[in-house]
This record gives sequence, structure tokens and C-alpha cells, in this order.
Amino acid sequence: MIEFQNVTKIYPNQNRAALENVDMTINKGEFVFLVGPSGSGKSSFLRLILREERPNEGRILVAGNDLARLTNWKVPALRRKIGCVFQDFRLLPNKTVFENVAFALDVIGKPRRFTRRVVPEVLDLVGLEGKHERMPDELSGGEQQRVAMARAFVNRPMILLADEPTGNIDPATSIGIMKVLDRINRTGTTVVMATHDAAIVDSMRKRVIELEYGKVVRDQNRGVYGQAY
Amino acid sequence: MRSNFVLSEIWIGLRRNLTMTVALIVVVAISLSLLGTGLLFVKQVDATRTYWQGQAEVSVYLCYAESANPDCHGAVTTAQTTALEQRLQAMPQVAGVTYVSQAQAWALYKQTFTNDQSYVSTLKESDMPPSLEVKTHNAGTDDSVVVSEMTGATGVDSVIDEMSILAKFYSLLNGLRNAVVIVALILVVAAILLVANTIRLSAFNRRRETGIMRLVGASNFYIQLPFLLEGVIAGLLGWVLAAVLLVGVKSLLLNNLQQYFNYNIGLSAADVVEVIVLAMVIGVALCGITSFLTLRRYLRV
Repeated sequence: MIEFQNVTKIYPNQNRAALENVDMTINKGEFVFLVGPSGSGKSSFLRLILREERPNEGRILVAGNDLARLTNWKVPALRRKIGCVFQDFRLLPNKTVFENVAFALDVIGKPRRFTRRVVPEVLDLVGLEGKHERMPDELSGGEQQRVAMARAFVNRPMILLADEPTGNIDPATSIGIMKVLDRINRTGTTVVMATHDAAIVDSMRKRVIELEYGKVVRDQNRGVYGQAY
Repeated sequence: MRSNFVLSEIWIGLRRNLTMTVALIVVVAISLSLLGTGLLFVKQVDATRTYWQGQAEVSVYLCYAESANPDCHGAVTTAQTTALEQRLQAMPQVAGVTYVSQAQAWALYKQTFTNDQSYVSTLKESDMPPSLEVKTHNAGTDDSVVVSEMTGATGVDSVIDEMSILAKFYSLLNGLRNAVVIVALILVVAAILLVANTIRLSAFNRRRETGIMRLVGASNFYIQLPFLLEGVIAGLLGWVLAAVLLVGVKSLLLNNLQQYFNYNIGLSAADVVEVIVLAMVIGVALCGITSFLTLRRYLRV
């Protein structure tokens, strides 16, 4: 589903590579934790998958597309296959929960009939029944992140990227968030989650890829966060 | 494609940016109406020139008893007058020659100044020079040939080309037109900068929305269309104001100017409509292209 072949990424005006010779494959339906200290290249990894950045060397294949060969006007089609969740939720403050999720379908031109049917389904999936008309600032952090996950998943992407989704949320609420991610993973969606949260990684026992200074230092099935942190 | 979604996005953009939008509409309106006024002036000058080229004549004044010109040795003789007339008629540029005697000139003078008896009372018939009124095929080019041919010829006192008098009037109108067009062009530059700035602000105001649109895979077209249409709509509103102003310029300024001349050389409604349509094309193209170029810088994939 996601394949990195000797990928190196160096940002302009920087000496050190953000990612160096990263070579790995993530298969369809996998749940992968991306761990490592700040600045180890986790975010660069996710941005490369989204083609927000392009690598200096190497090849990246995402959902059957060679990103180097993908023309600019085909990038939106790639991104429709990828859902995204962030630490800071990125909801629209002047839209209701329902409108926030529907926005993702509106802007890719889906008919309103389709939106009206699909949005309640996905809001149920993330556990936001009965909160359709709330505004984001009336919700707790955990609930806001559920809205963000609903928005990321509403178009049924093949891949869900989560960049520290529990970073702003207390540990008890985080368990709920992880349950939603697990539920999404069980529908066959590949999930890649960058995180600092050792407790979550240890409890889930999924594949762990550890980055340090832009290099993969560990790639382990059913792994834990590691002792160093 | 969901048109009402795009429309609501445009409405949100215009409303959030209200002060900039109003400024933009006003500047577009003024620059377009000045540009249009310049174009109306061009048309007016052309119409006037065409009219006069059909009317203007070269007056060849002949020597008479009281000529001040030292080259004149007494009044012109009939033989000299006939010779001059034949010489003129032999020129290919000349369409017609009319002899105006002192008596005829005096009658015309009296008729012109019926209301100013003081002018009439200070002169008498013998003060009027006889003349040959020459009509050429093309007043613009042929008159000067006649002037150089006749100047200094025996029996000729002075030669006056009506076109050279009109030239002063034209240069006045041309200067006025150039001033209007220069101010209009400066304003067009201001309008372009203002469009760019308004769209940039609008894009900045909605960076959350556009960021999410990019992430969920909205096409560039879908992301940029509301901004593009925002610029074009502001341009169209400015144009509507400009159209009203242009009709005002035509009916108040140019029509009033017309009253000073007793000739029917006004601009038709079709001329005004043509200028207004041209202003719309310029306004929409200006706003659309500027928005598009601005968006390419500020809304990258």
C-alpha cells in the first residue's frame, strides 16, 4: 500500500537529512506506529506520503501511484484515497459537527443526497450520535478529535494518516480515540500513526517503526515503544 | 460540481472582506469610467475631425486697395484673379474654387455680426478683401499643398487654411484625452494591485478551509473558483457603476460641450454602448486574470 525505496529528503538550507535512505513497505490493512523523538522525521514521512513534499532521492509508491510520476493535477485524486488526522484537530470553528464532516464531501463535489446518508453513518462509527448540531467549541478535545476522524474517514480512504492524534488529549480519553482508529483499521483501512505516547503503543501491540535522525532504527511486529524514552 | 456550495463560499468571502471589496469596486468603477471617458473623447475628436474635413476650406485673400502687405501693388486685377482661379483649378487636389467679391464678403460680414453693430460700424465694404475659397478633395493633406502654391503668388495678399485653426482645437481635445487616459491607466494599476491584495487577504482569511480542502483532495479548480469569482464579481459590480458614470459623462459633459458648436457632431448611443461593453471586457479580464495569477502564488497544491 505504501512503499519507500531508499528515500532521502533534505529540506532546503539544511545540512542534515530529514529522512535518509528510508526503505520500507507497509501492506494493505496494516496498523503501523511511527515513533521517535521530535525532529526524527515522522512528520516528513507523512508529508511525503501526501505528496506535500517530494523526496530528493528514491521512489515512493502510494496506493499504486508512483509519486514522482504523479502530475500536479492528479494529486487531489491521490489525496482522496488518504485520510488525515492531526494533533490540533483542524476543525472549522464556524461550522457544526455535521457541516465539518460534510465539508470534506462538498468540496470534492459529492451530491448532497449522498452526503446526507453517509455523514450520520460515519458520525455513529466514531461515537458522536446526537451531537450533529454542536459547534466545535462546545465539544471536549476527545470529541473534537472524533469529528476530525469522521471527516478523515467519511470518503472511505484506503489509508489513514494520524499525526499525534492523542497529543492534546488526556490518557483516559485517548483510549477511546484508539478504539475508533482500531475500528477504522478493521474496515480494511491502512492506518499509520505517528506518536509519542508510549502507553498506547505498548497496549496495542502493533507494528512499530522507530525513526532517529531520519533513519529507521527499528521495524518490529507486535512491538513496544522502547526503553529509551 | 455543486454550484450552491461555490456560491455560498463566494458570499462568505465577499462579506468577510467587506471593506476591501467596497474599495475594490470603487477603484474599478472609477478607473473603468475614466478609461471609458478617454475612449469617448477619442470618438468625439474623430467625429469632429471627420466633420470638419468635409467643411474646411482654404481662403486665398487677394490684394485690394488697402492691403497692408508690401507685395501687393494696388488692388488685384480681373486678369490676375482669373489667372489665379485657373491655376487653382488645374491642381489635381482642388475640388472647387469660388470667387467671393468685396461686396459679397461685406454682406457675409454684416450677416455674421448682426448682433454686434459696433463691429459693423467700424468697417466698410472697401476694408473687406476679395477672396478665392478653395475646397480640396482631402482637407487633411491637400490644404497644405494649396497653401504653399498660393503663398506669394502675384495678386495674393494672404492664405489662411481653416484646418490649421482647427488643429489648435484638436490639440486641446487630444491633450484632454491624453490626460484622462494617463490618469485612467494609473488607476488601472491601482486596481490591479487592489485586486491582488483583496484576493490575497481573502485567501489568508480562509486558509483553514483551503488547507482542509487540499487535504481531502479537492481539485485546484474547486479551491480556486470561489476566489476567482469573487474577483470577477467585484469587477462586474465596478463595471456597472462605471457604466452609469459613463452615461453621465456622455449626457452631461459631452452633450454640453456640443451646445457650443452649431453642428450635429455628437456621439450616438451606440458609441456609448460600445465603450461600455469594452469597459466590461477590460474590467472582467483585469480582475479575473489578476485573481488567477495571485491564486497561483498563494494557493499552491
